[in-house]
Parts: sequence; C-alpha cells; structure tokens
Amino acid sequence: MKDQPFVDTSPKVSDEVRKTTCYMCACRCGIDVHLKDGQVAYIEGNKDHPVNQGVLCAKGSAGIMQVNAPSRLQAPLKRVGPRGSGEFEEISWDEALDLAVSWLKPTRERSPEKLAFFTGRDQSQSFTSFWAQNYGTPNYAAHGGFCSVNMAAAGIYTIGGAFWEFGQPDWDYTKLFMIFGVAEDHDSNPIKMGIGKIKARGAKIISVNPIRTGYNAVADEWVGITPGTDGLFILAMVHELLKAGKIDLHYLAQYTNAPVILDAESGLLMRDKEGKQLVIDHATGKLTAFDQKGVSPDLNGKHTADGLVHKTVFHSMVERYLSAEYAPDAVAEKVGISAGRIRAIAAELARVAFDEAFELDQEWTDFRGEHHTKMVGRPVSFHSMRGISAHSNGFQTCRALHVLQIFLGTVEVPGGFRFKPPYPKPSEIHPKPHYKVTPGAPLDGPHLGFVHGPDDLALKEDGSPARIDKAFTWENPMSAHGLMHMVISNAYAGDPYKIDTLFMYMANMSWNSSMNTKGVIDMLTDKDANGDYVIPQIIYSDAYSSEMVAYADLILPDTTYLERHDCISLLDRPICEADAAADAIRWPVIEPDRDVRGFQSVLCELGAKLDLPGFVNEDGSQKYANYADYIVNHVRKPGIGPLAGFRGDGTNSGRGDVNPEQLDRYIANGGFFVEHIPAGANYYKPWNAAYQNWAVNIGLFDSPQPYLFQLYVEPMRKFQRAAEGHGERQPPEHLRERIKLTLDPLPFWYPPFEDNQGDENEFPFHALTQRPMAMYHSWGTQNAWLRQIHGINPLYLPTKVMQQSAFKDGDWAKVTSAHGSIVVPVAEMAALNESTVWTWNAIGKRKGAWALEENAPEATKGFLLNHLIHELQPPKGDGLRWANSDPVTGQAAWFDLRVKIEKTTVPTESQPNFATIKSPVGQGPSELIWKVGK
Amino acid sequence: MTQLPTSTDRKLGLVIDLDTCVGCHACVISCKGWNTENYGAPLSDQSAYGANPSGTFLNRVHSYEVQPEEGAAQLIHFPKSCLHCEDAPCVTVCPTGASYKRVEDGIVLVNESDCIGCGLCAWACPYGARELDAAEGVMKKCTLCVDRIYNENLPEEDREPACVRTCPAGARHFGDFADPNSNVSKLTAERGGMDLMPEQGTKPVNKYLLPRPKDKMEEIDILAPLLAPIALEPKGFMAWLDKTLEKI
Repeated sequence: MKDQPFVDTSPKVSDEVRKTTCYMCACRCGIDVHLKDGQVAYIEGNKDHPVNQGVLCAKGSAGIMQVNAPSRLQAPLKRVGPRGSGEFEEISWDEALDLAVSWLKPTRERSPEKLAFFTGRDQSQSFTSFWAQNYGTPNYAAHGGFCSVNMAAAGIYTIGGAFWEFGQPDWDYTKLFMIFGVAEDHDSNPIKMGIGKIKARGAKIISVNPIRTGYNAVADEWVGITPGTDGLFILAMVHELLKAGKIDLHYLAQYTNAPVILDAESGLLMRDKEGKQLVIDHATGKLTAFDQKGVSPDLNGKHTADGLVHKTVFHSMVERYLSAEYAPDAVAEKVGISAGRIRAIAAELARVAFDEAFELDQEWTDFRGEHHTKMVGRPVSFHSMRGISAHSNGFQTCRALHVLQIFLGTVEVPGGFRFKPPYPKPSEIHPKPHYKVTPGAPLDGPHLGFVHGPDDLALKEDGSPARIDKAFTWENPMSAHGLMHMVISNAYAGDPYKIDTLFMYMANMSWNSSMNTKGVIDMLTDKDANGDYVIPQIIYSDAYSSEMVAYADLILPDTTYLERHDCISLLDRPICEADAAADAIRWPVIEPDRDVRGFQSVLCELGAKLDLPGFVNEDGSQKYANYADYIVNHVRKPGIGPLAGFRGDGTNSGRGDVNPEQLDRYIANGGFFVEHIPAGANYYKPWNAAYQNWAVNIGLFDSPQPYLFQLYVEPMRKFQRAAEGHGERQPPEHLRERIKLTLDPLPFWYPPFEDNQGDENEFPFHALTQRPMAMYHSWGTQNAWLRQIHGINPLYLPTKVMQQSAFKDGDWAKVTSAHGSIVVPVAEMAALNESTVWTWNAIGKRKGAWALEENAPEATKGFLLNHLIHELQPPKGDGLRWANSDPVTGQAAWFDLRVKIEKTTVPTESQPNFATIKSPVGQGPSELIWKVGK
Repeated sequence: MTQLPTSTDRKLGLVIDLDTCVGCHACVISCKGWNTENYGAPLSDQSAYGANPSGTFLNRVHSYEVQPEEGAAQLIHFPKSCLHCEDAPCVTVCPTGASYKRVEDGIVLVNESDCIGCGLCAWACPYGARELDAAEGVMKKCTLCVDRIYNENLPEEDREPACVRTCPAGARHFGDFADPNSNVSKLTAERGGMDLMPEQGTKPVNKYLLPRPKDKMEEIDILAPLLAPIALEPKGFMAWLDKTLEKI
C-alpha cells in the first residue's frame, strides 16, 4: 500500500470574521461572515448569539448566493415603457430622489393621505412608521394584515403577548409540546433547537396540521385536522377539561378576569371609580378591586343589585363551553378527528399539566404584594401560527387556544409558554390608532394600535374610513396591523378614496404577496378615461428584480443584508429570549459593488428633502446622514433610542444617553446586546413584581403594568353593543348582524366564510400552502443553492384523490375555486388530511423575473395558489365590496380557499401563464464555480 | 485496484437521528458552503439559474412517506452522505488509488489530483453517496470535514463537521466509534443505532437512529378515569366549584 496523500487539515479559514444578523428570513439569527480578500467566503451561525446559539438553517448558510445573486438591482430605475413591460432606464440617485420629491411634496401640502406607504418583509417598522407619521399620511402599515395579525391581536388582547417570535415554550421543563398550524415560522431555528432539546429528554410532541411535514413529521402524535376547524377542536377539549374539573382554579382566580363580575344588563365588566375590574372577595363576599392585597377572587361570585344577579366571566364560560354543541361527539365529524381521540388528547393535556406539575424553589412576590415561596410549573406548552390564523374565523380560533392555555394554567409558568420582552404587556398600554391628517404636517400619532371600543375606530366625521385599507373600521374593527392586501384594490376602486402615490418596500404585490394576482396586475396597469394610470405613481424599493419591479414607475434599489445597517430594535420586533432582553444590528460587512443604497438611508435623505419634522434640524439641514446615524442618535423618548445596549458611556442598558460609539460596541460584542432577566423575575411576568420593576428599569415601561389575562375581551363586547344600537357611533346596517355574531367577547367557532359561499360539494377540497423550511417566500427562489431543493412545487393530493381520479405523479390537474382556475402538476402525499390539497408557498415565478432563465421550472411548472383567492368575497348583490378577511382583524383569509380538482390534458406549462417581463438585470450565469479564496 | 487499511486507529463518523430530523436541509447547504470554499475543487452548479439546475452536493436529504399497516402515514426525512464504510467498495474499485481510507481515522477521501473522473467508485457505492463534479471532472464526496475537525485555525469547539455544527435540531452527532465511551458509541448503544443496508457488507461507520414509534395514543371512551365528569351541566359544575373552592 502506498503512502497516504498529504491533506492540509489546518487550512486558513478566512482573513476575518465579521458578525452580523441574518436576513434570510424573519428569525434574525446571529451569523459569522467569513471573508477572504474582502469577499464573503462562508457563513455560519454565531455561537454566542441568543437566538441561534451557533446553528444556522439552509437559508442562512445560502446567504452567500443571495449576496451574489444576479438578480440584484444595479442602480435607480425610471420606467420608460408601459407598466409591466420591465422597460427602464438607469438614472442617478439625485434624479431618483428629485422625481420622488416632485410627486410626494405636492401631495403632502395638499392631502397627505394620498400617499399610501406600505412595507412588506420589513424589519424596520418603528423607523418606516416614524417616517410615514412625519410625512402625515394615515396610510402606513407593514404586511401583518396578510401574514398573521389574528395571532398577534388575539394574543395581545387575551394574554398580553402572542406566539410568533414573541414568546416560546419553556424548553427546559416542558414535557408536552402541542403545535397548531405550524409549518415553518419566524422562530425558525429556536423551534428546531427546542424540538431537538425536548426530544432528547423524551418529551412528547402533538401536532395539529392537515399536512404532516417538517415539525409535524417528527411529532409523536399527528392530528390531521380539517382546515378551518381548529377552533371547534380546541373548544371540544375545553369542554372535556371543564366537565372533568381539570382546570387550574387557582390560576384562573388569581391571574385572569374569570372571577370579574359581568354586568348582567350590559355585558360589560364591573369596575370601580378608578376603572379597576371588580371581583367578589371570597373571604368577605364583597365587591373588591381585583388587585387589592389579600383579595381572594371568587370564581363563582355573585353580586345582586337593582334586582339583577351579576355573575362572573367564568360563569358565562362554564355555561357556554359545557354546552352539548362542544362535546367531542358533536364536533368529531366536522373536525375530522374521532371523539375518542379528542378525549385522549384532552386527557393527556390534563395528565401532564396536573399530574406532572412540579415546583421550582424560587421565591417571588406578586403584584398584590403576596409572597410565594415556590413557583408552580405545569409542563404543557403550545405554539401556533398561520395555519389557524389565516382563516376568516382565525381571530376567534386563536383566542380559543389562549383560553385552553389559561384553563390549564400554562402561560408564564415553569414548563409552559413564556413571553419574551417587551412582552408581556396589557393591550391598554399599546398605542391606539392615529389618523388625523393635517396638510403639510405630521400625523397626530402612531398609525397602528389597539382599539378598545367604537370611539377608537379610524373613521372620518362622516363615518367613512380614514385609511385606504379600511383598517379600524366596522368591517374589521381590531385590525392592529392594517390590511396591506386591500390597499391596491381599494385605491383602484377609489373606495374609500383615490390616491396619488403608492410607495412600497419589499412587497411583491404583483405576484406572491397579493391575493388575486392577475386582478392586481390589471389594477396596477389600468388607465382612466384620460389615459392616465388609475393609480398614478408607484415607487418601489427592493434589492432584487422581483415581479413587482416591472409595475413601478421609480425603483429605489436597496442593498443586500450584508451591505447595510439595520437595527433589530426593542421598539419593533426584537430578538429577545424568555430569560433576556436582546437586540441586534446589521452593519455593512461588505460594501455594495453597485449603485444601490439602503432603503432606510434613502428615507433619511428623502425625509430631509421633504422637510419632514423629525428628519431635519432646526436650520432645515438633513438631520440623519443615513440610517446608522438615526440608529445611534434618534431619541424616541428621553433616554430611549432604537438600540438598548451600550447607551450613555457604554455601560447603560435600556435607558441612557446617546452613545456615539454604540455601533462599534455592538460590532465588538458580535452584533448584539443581551441583558438577562434576574432569577425570580423570569416567570409569572405579568404578575411578578420583580419582573415589572426590571422592565421599568430597562425602559420597557415607565411604571409597573401588572394585569389580568382577559378571557373575556371587553372591547369586543363594546362593538357588539354598538351593533345592538347602543352609543353614538353606530355601524352601518349591513354590518350589524355580523358584528353581533363575530365580535363575541368569549371565543366560539363559526365556519370559515368561504364554506358558506359556494357549494361544498362543488368545491370539496381545502387548498393550502406551506412555507418550505429551506426557502423563504420569493426572496429565496432565485438562490442558486436553495432552488435546487425547492425548484418546483407540485400540488400535493391525498392518496384517496389520486386513486379516485387515477392520477399519477406528474399528471396535470385543473384546479378551480369560486374565483378562478389554474392548471398545475400534481403529486401524491399520503400523510395528508383527506379533504386537503396543498403546495409550497411562492415557488412559482414569472418569466423574466429574478434573473432566472425563461424556461426555469419555477416559471414553467411552478405556480401560485394566489390566482384562486380573491381579495373580496364573491358579490352578494348588495353592491358592496366585502373583503375576504377576518371580520375582527381584517386578516387575509388565505386558508379559507376551497377548490375542485379535475384531471386534464398535459399543457405546455402551468396555467395561467404570463408574458415575459423584460429583465432589468439580464440573466444569471449558466454555471457557478464559486471559490473566493486563492 | 486500491487496498483498504486492515484497521484504522479511530473510526470517525456520524450518528444521524431520524427521530429528530425535521428535514430543514440546513446540513445540506452548510456542507455545500464549506466544501465549495474548502477541500479540493469547489462544488459547482450547472444551469444555476436555468431550466435544470444541478449542482454537486456531498450531503442530501431525501424524504420518504411510510404507510404503516395501521394508522396514519408518516414522513421520514433521511439525510445521506458518505458513511465512511470499513469495507468501502468505492476504495477497492478505484483504478488510480485516488480513493482511499485514512489509517488514522477511517475517513474515506478522494485525492483529487489522482482522480481521473472515471466514475467507477460512484457505481460501486451502494448508497449513491458520491457525485462527479461536472465542472472539474473529479469525484466529490463527504470528507467528514477533515479540514475542520483538526483545524488549528478554528476554535476547538468548532472542530466538527459543518453539518453537525449547523444542525438546528441537534439531529447529527460526530465522534469516534472506536471509542466505546464516545458520545456516538453511547448514543448508538442507547438508541439501537442501525447500519444502512447491512446486507451490502460495507460495514458503514455512520449510524442511523430510527424514528420512535408514532401515533400510539389510545382513544379514550367517555368513562376513562382521567376525564371522569364531575358534572354534566353548568349548575352541577358550579356546585362542584363551590365545594372545591371551600377546600382550597
């Protein structure tokens, strides 16, 4: 045998490692970017980072292909051909900004609401909203309305925080983890890490999802529920738990509004003169404010006055949920789960929550001043996302899940679901919506917020919607994230009014970010009688040649994520953990090789050119040179800025003066800042005096904000009362009955609207999408490595359907909804609810976009379900435009979609098939041989 | 033909936990990234933005549906890379000696300067774990990150294969199977780690941990003790509540 060859086992790995924050999805992991000769050589996870602790997903590792993607825009573009043609000329930044100012300045002087500024996959909403507020338009939101606002709003109104990435299971102690409607989500790596951790301990996972992929594939028990029925399933479990008395009575009495007395006449919560909710003290039998020291709230308290007996919230809940309509036998067929299995899961939840309860030897003091020597743990945790929220009954379903959590006593206790700072916080301390427009001046406050009754709605004096998306109106009163999916449709219809300029950032509205894609394309390109576009001006910022680029008049090319500053701020959506507050930055670890600028820096300049207060100094000069300048020097309120770390002389956390060295300190610290919550303050946070004081110290609140979980959401009752005829502000007649039904202050289930629109027999299948773990919407599809994993997206059909219609993998089907048809390739999937079909989200591409070749499979075989989903419900003959949205929050009801499937002859390509867009960046190279090191 | 060492000092390899793998492909791309930039020729991609994208990967995740006799179908994610077999047919078939198994740690490597790209080794491998790079014309395969695991330019904690370091679910484990006390030996013993296709006689070093049994929860009828009703209607429930609250 000859000698072994020499292998260099210690090659130089890189010249330098620069630590920043990933932006390949919303997870925001820390990354180590290895550079060789100034170029990105390799990206791996940052081991010190609180979010990912060194691990990194496929998207994150493929960032190198995103940073070098041929689809990167090269320079500002001005449209020269018709909209949609893709014909542009490159212009200078000066020309681009002058053009934008020439549109935006007159609008601001005259009627600022005629600018609609919406951002998509934006991670700088506290900044972009600040800009929009200073401009003075009420028409600002990000993409939450079509993402998962039901989950956010239901969580915040009920428990003072939501799932998303705003909380997490107590991975160290949980023994049973139950997930609803989770494919891949914002907390992408932490959930994978958590699953690995609890599985190593032998903990169990129950997954509820019509489709058994990803996390559902590794679950011990899979519940292949019928889409849109999760609320019914959850309330059936609530029914069983109540009936068996397997609920946490102490928790309900101490920490929730279950014992609060309901006025028998109005259905409003009884309050004292200071507005504090009232309970009956078990010891005295008297009405007492909920927060008094020593009070023992009686879950079965009664208060007799004026001949009426007023009972507790809990009493109403018992009456509702013990009703036979929620019995497992009554719901089994509808949800597609046998009654015996519903009972088994309820029993397992009860067993683990109560029989495996444990105590931590940790003293703490509650907000009533009572001292506790232990912390009781209930090791059941939940997580949930889009699958249950993107329905027209999603808000009530998300609320039902929170009720289940609360009945088991598993929120903010050891082993349960835990909030991450700045949550928990009561819904009352969030801003309310602001919409008062003054020409030439800023808006009167932040756009988005939480309404607490009809008085908070964003309505003009004549009762018409103040906002272009009709957020915070009777159609969807609690639309905390706005309705981005309605902006183009409403602006085109002039309902409630026309606009001058549509300004969007990272929102692929002419493709996968819209319902009814073809309709939206027509709205963007349609002209009025004068030959002018109905939506007169469109400005768009994106780093890549997405489908939306072709439909804008002016393109402001953004940088990639490794070429920019960003702050992942506590004012926005930070990267905190349940045991720590944390935030992070991005910084230019490489410089752009193109004539592009970070969008937020462009807004700093544009704001100054428009003389926006907040963006100019007293002498009228530009206040923030760029986004980095803003991040360091902006003061939101005294001592509080975008970044919480290294303030003042560099030693202050949370509160402190501006520190000019702040970004350097972040970079030296690996791109992030973390401040741990002290032991004893890190559970029972809404009621824990030590946590509340810590939160005040770090600047999350200005005073302690303890609160009760709101099983009964009183603001909803106020909307119902208005619909019943009480109060000055009255809903329009056509919405009264819907408000009375759907704004119920206690969770209930109703069928998704689409179920009632068509004939269930005509459209027998539910059609869903799932986000692939290795790809994140369209921004990943251009990625040379990731598209080899997910380059095509067949429509997956259950085995029974494949057999009945004699389909084989690769056959083609015509898929028809009440709104339209598509023709697509199919494939079999056995681990699938029998009445469900599905595909991967946003793989389909338009020809000419993303620098892909015209015959790329994404364009020839890929497809979008979006073509089958309308932003409006089918006309009801009343001349009104009814949004295809949740009636509480306005969340786009993507997952209500119902279809029929027919075998069809093989087409040349997926249908519909759109004309090729002329690429503003050409096409990518045919071969990649990538190695930057010499 | 090339000879295998009669024995190796260590047996480095991976344990892959199929119970935990969520199929996220993190390991696939992390491997692609490291090995494009490091050992030997870069892993090239053909038709990178075109009709038939096809690149070289040293590690891929395949997904299989399994239909048990009883109960719901399951989806198994199956990551696959070179198993660094003790009796590696890819080595013995190599006409130039380019493929070899290292004496010191058992890692199977291709010495690219001796590889003529004949592809015999890929034919011989029963696992399909080798890929001929279309641009360079040499055979590529998992090196177990031989240029990471001993790399003195890396912090000690990072001296593990890229796929192991990156796996978010912790489904991949690296270690020495020759050492009965190593993490991988213990895991294999505890969880009954399996050889892939043992009938091929390749004696793979890598081991797979099988998915735990699924969907075993038994249905409960109405009288099961855990859910024994304390009341069937609100009035009775509130009476129970009053009694219970008195006791608290």
